[in-house]
Order: sequence, then C-alpha cells, then structure tokens
Amino acid sequence: MGRPFDEIRGFSEGAGARPEFAALGQWLDETPAAELQRRQEAAEATFRQLGITFAVYGDEAAAERIIPFDIVPRIFTASEWSSLSAGLVQRVEAINAFLTDIYGPRKILADGIIPEDLILRNPQFRPEIVGSRPPHDVWSHICGIDLVRTGPDDFWVLEDNARTPSGVSYMLENREAMIRLCPELFQMYQVEPVDSYTDLLHETMQSVAPRGCGSDPVCVILTPGHYNSAYYEHSFLADTIGIELVEAADLEVDDDKVWMRTITGRVQVHVIYRRIDDDFLDPLIFRPDSLLGVPGLISAYRAGNVTIVNAPGTGIADDKAVYSYMPEIVRYYSGGDPLLPNVETYRCREPEMLSYVLDNLEKLVVKLVDGSGGYGMLVGPMASKTQIEDFRAALKAEPHRYIAQPTLALSTVPTLTEKGIAPRHVDFRPFVLSQPGRVKIVPGGLTRVALKEGSLVVNSSQGGGTKDSFILANNGGRS
Amino acid sequence: MRLTIDHRTRYQFSEPQARVVQLLRMTPLDFGGQTVIDWRIDVDCDARLREGRDGYGNITTMLYIDGPVNAVSIMVRGDVLTDDLGGRVKGTLEPLPPLFFMRSTPLTEASVAISDLVPPTPTGLDQAMALNLAVKAAVSVEPGRTPKTRTAAEVLAEGQGSVRDCTHVLLAAARSAGYPARLVSGHCLDGPNARSHKSAHCWAELFIAGEGWIAFDPSTGRLPGDTYVRVAVGLDAGDSTPLSGTRRGGGIEELDVEVRIAMSQSQE
Repeated sequence: MGRPFDEIRGFSEGAGARPEFAALGQWLDETPAAELQRRQEAAEATFRQLGITFAVYGDEAAAERIIPFDIVPRIFTASEWSSLSAGLVQRVEAINAFLTDIYGPRKILADGIIPEDLILRNPQFRPEIVGSRPPHDVWSHICGIDLVRTGPDDFWVLEDNARTPSGVSYMLENREAMIRLCPELFQMYQVEPVDSYTDLLHETMQSVAPRGCGSDPVCVILTPGHYNSAYYEHSFLADTIGIELVEAADLEVDDDKVWMRTITGRVQVHVIYRRIDDDFLDPLIFRPDSLLGVPGLISAYRAGNVTIVNAPGTGIADDKAVYSYMPEIVRYYSGGDPLLPNVETYRCREPEMLSYVLDNLEKLVVKLVDGSGGYGMLVGPMASKTQIEDFRAALKAEPHRYIAQPTLALSTVPTLTEKGIAPRHVDFRPFVLSQPGRVKIVPGGLTRVALKEGSLVVNSSQGGGTKDSFILANNGGRS
Repeated sequence: MRLTIDHRTRYQFSEPQARVVQLLRMTPLDFGGQTVIDWRIDVDCDARLREGRDGYGNITTMLYIDGPVNAVSIMVRGDVLTDDLGGRVKGTLEPLPPLFFMRSTPLTEASVAISDLVPPTPTGLDQAMALNLAVKAAVSVEPGRTPKTRTAAEVLAEGQGSVRDCTHVLLAAARSAGYPARLVSGHCLDGPNARSHKSAHCWAELFIAGEGWIAFDPSTGRLPGDTYVRVAVGLDAGDSTPLSGTRRGGGIEELDVEVRIAMSQSQE
C-alpha cells in the first residue's frame, strides 16, 4: 500500500490544493474549525429530527443511530464525472444483458466465458425466475455501483449492488443540508443539482410498467416495515415521489393481478419498487415461513401483470464470485474493453488462488461471496492475529464462500475530526437507473467516509459516515 | 395403458377465512412416455383459476378464493395414456440444464452414511440401478403422507419413512455420487400408496451421461414404466409440491387427501 491519494490536495502532503480545488482549499484554511463543527452539528440535529436513522444489527444498545455527517464535501470535476458515467453506463448495460441471458438462453455459459457451475449452483441464481422476462429486459432498474479511487484517474469498481441498494436518501438530504449550511460553496462552484433523482426514479418505474396499463400506471414502494434499517429512505422516497408506501399486508394478488387495499376499495398496482429481498417476496414460491411476502406475487409477475423493481433474481449479478468475472461479462455483451476496471479478485473456490490467499492473509481483504454491509469481512493489514486465524479456519472449511482482494490505498478527502481537518478514506456509490433502451445517472452519489484514522471500512454499520458529493458543471475554478 | 386419476383435496378451517390463495402443480404434461387425454381442475366454491409455468417448466395453477370460506375442495381428474420406456425420460421440456440439478437442498444434504450407499462401481446406469436398490433396502417405506419433515440424513438414520422421504435419500446419494438428480411428483398405479389412497406418489430422475434422464423409484426398486403418471419436477419435494397454500384468517386447518388411480374402464 503506497501513500494514499488525497482528492483535494493530491499526493503531496502539506502542499496546497489541486489547482481546480484551490477555492475549496482556501475555504478549508480560512473557516475556523469551530464554525465547521457548529454547522456539522446543525446538520446532524436536522437529520435526527427528520428521523434519518438506521439500525445496527448485532448492537442492541444503539438500535437507532444517525449516520455521522461530515461537512467537507467531496468534489468531482465535470471531466472526471463524464468518464466515470460512461463506465457506469457500460457496466449497467452489461449487467442487464447478462441477466437476460442467464435467465434465458444462457449463451455466456455455452460460450465458456463463465464456468457453468458458478451460475447454476449459485443460490442467487433463482430457478423460480428462469424463463421469465421483465418488461423491456430491464432487470436491475436501480444499481448502486460502489467505486473506490487510488489516483487522479484510477477508479475501480468494488461492488455492483444490483438488488436493492440503499443510501440515495443521504445523497439528497446531505445536499439540502449543504445548501442551507454552506451556501458560499455553491457561490464558489457550479454544482450539478441532484434533486431530480426522485422524478427520475418515478419516470423509471413508469417506463417499465406492464404493457396495456395506460399512461398513468400505479407505482408503490414495498417496505419490510419500520424495523428495517433503511425504513426512513423507503418513506422518504414514497413521500417525495407522491406514491404509496406499502407493506406486504396491504397487497393481495387476485386473478394473477396485484391489488392494493385502500379505504375506498382496491386499486390495481402495476409497478412495485420492492425494498425486500427475493426470499421474502412470495411465500408460495420462496420461503414458506415468510410473513413479509405477498402470496401469488411471482405468478402475477410471470404472467406479466406487474413489474417488480428490481426484478427478482438480480442477486446473481452482484454475487462476489460472479463479480470477479465482470470484466469478461462487460466485454462479452458490450464488445469493448471495460471502461471501469475491477479490483483484482482471488476466487478462493479455486485451489491455487486459495493457497495464495492463505499465504497472504495479512495483506488481503477477504469477503463472503454473499455478504454485505461490511459483515463477515477481514481487512488483513488491520486485523489481529486471532481474527486472521479465525478467517484461515473459515476459508479452509468453506473456501467457495469467500473471495479475497488486495488492500487498496483508498483515496482520502479532508474531513473534520476532533483534531481539526485531516484526511480520511472514502468510497463512492452513484445510483444508476435503467429505463428501456437507456441508462440515466443523476450527477451525484453517496460518499461514505471511514471516520476512524487509517480505517478502510466505510460501511455505516462499521463506524462510517457520509459526505456530500459535488459534481461540477465545469472543470473547477470559480463560476 | 390408459390411467384415470381422481385426486381430491379437502381443506376444512376451524374459522372462516377471509382469503385463500393456492399454488397447484397438479397438471401433467405430455412427454415420450405419456399423452394427457383429458385433465380438469374443479373447485367447489367461487374461485378464479390461472394457469402458468414455473421455472422448471411445470404447469402451475393459481387458485384465488374470496372469503368468507369454511372449506375448500379441489378435485383434479383426468386420463393419461402411458407407454413403458423402461425409465427413460424423453421429450420433456428442459428449461434448466442437468448441472443445475447437482444443487443440494436443506432436505437433501448428503451425510457420510448417505454417500456410503453409493456402490463402489463405475459411474453409469448399472451403478445408478444398484444405488436405487440400496436405498430401497435401507429405508423401509410406509404408505401415506409424510408425517413430519425430516432431512434425508435423518430418514436414513431412522431407516424408515414415506415415499417422499425415501426419494430424498436417493436424491442426496445420487448427487453425492455426481449424478444430477430431481424429484418427480406424480401418480403410480401399483406403488406403496396405491392401496391407502391417502397420498400421491413421487420418485426420482437421475441424469446419466450418455443415457440422459432416467427415472428410478426407490420405494419399489423399479424403473418407472407405464403404471406411472409424471406430473412435476423440482430439486426436492419442497419446490415440486403438488399443492401449497396460504390463507388469511385465524384458526387451524384440517387437510384430507384422497387419490384414486385406476386403469380406465374405456380401455381401447
């Protein structure tokens, strides 16, 4: 791991800011830390008031917390963003093409690009979905692609969240707070707005409605309920768009059509943006013990009477073992080289790679193929001897459940800490929306920051915070 | 052979139900060994039926019943013309490749004892036939419905079980020996359940390289022929189950099943 790249100050410590961010550098130097602290606390007070909390699994004492917010924004220039977004569009188009293929003709397996058993024996490959096709072949309508950066032009895809990625409410709420608390930054820079996201999300849902349901399809958001860690986001999105937030008990399937029960009678539902996992969609098809699901939903879906956003079965596209083949997948469906590279990934299911991983645990990051949220993860350079030995045993017992990656020197962004402004590692999750024949991205995303000094784990469940992410309308300087 | 099936299911609820939604996999498809001449599903109350397909290619029927309802009877009746292909499964719709059926499920996880059932002979039809007989010898089959859910390993350890339990043991053993394997639900004129009339039948299909899918009935030790009617397939009894349902309303339900299979009177 070399010296990390600081996105504002560049590689050289102590030197001034990169020329395009000189104004921000000056703002950081001239605004007293106490003033920044005051504004940050004001933002956090608002978030607490709004109820933007999340639950931490396995931590009963802190059942509801707010995610810490950092007042110093992260900035991308217009040209950085345009090359990033080209890579994101290419990647998400490939993910949708891959899902159409995998649940249909499976050409990519016949052509030997991916080992057959990696897909066919993967629990995320859902036989219940085989042979179905969502409207316009859009599967992953909302993709949250996690990116990390190691240098001025070096971006890497860390994860493709193709199921039900969360965090977009932070992108929107952080921006509102910044406009209110740091208006001078928006004088300084021409920042692309993000508030069109909810309209674009609604447009995306309407664009994939089943054929023949008219010009004003009924869309709803399906939440597992207020105990879910992202419940705030579910209700925020429903409120902002102006559609119903429903739980499974509010829906019923009759005659292979989905209905929402209301006080004035039942209303047919055409598009469901579900924020629950496949397992809990339909107890007749998936888990019979599920109380969250809607009996008959998959039959209605297969009959083409309702669109499920994201489509059931998309989990196969963001499985971490499948991730390791994403460069091949992108090349196969796009015909070109991937614009955004993958992080080098060792598949522990392959004996040679496993032995390399076991020999280099203290240097590597090890992840569960189906894990998320920073759970079940080892960061070798930060881990204790005991943690490493525990992972060694787990890897030997079930190697197919793990992948490993080199520990990257993630870029840093100046962050307000107890000791003043200091660099902290970040990642970035833009939200990519797929509509029939086109992919759209709001210029922005969720920047997560590891608040502990030196920490590389940005997950909110592991002590991470968030920042606003500015995408500039030009390449820096004063507007 | 022309077989007539009469499969009645009656649910009785201790309290009226507001809604009942059922998923049926009870309609057979034609394949090399059978031609469906006539098939009907009737329900004794106001219900909406919708036919579809699942990912395995099985015909599904959704049943939507409005309440209040105290009891539901589902009558499935039909005639099928069968041929004896000596267990060979030809002309089926195969949306999933054989390798998919190497997946194990919680009910069909192999134990050491299950893997030990596999005869130490070369892979192929002879080994599979010997394995089928080994499972028959190891599990004493009791007719009727499966009283409680047990894993294949538990069934083998206890040495007895239903037709379904016995089939799960064969699936687990076959997959551990490298054969893709699946459960087939259906009917059998002369199987262990034929006299009790309390349950339909099920058996296994194993994919054997160079041979294709071959059917094995570990409850009889035979290769299914023209006394069998093939209805639905899945990884285990869970995802090929003939009837699964949900209901809204309290109380408990009582289930009564009666399956009759006979050679048709009007045999030509």
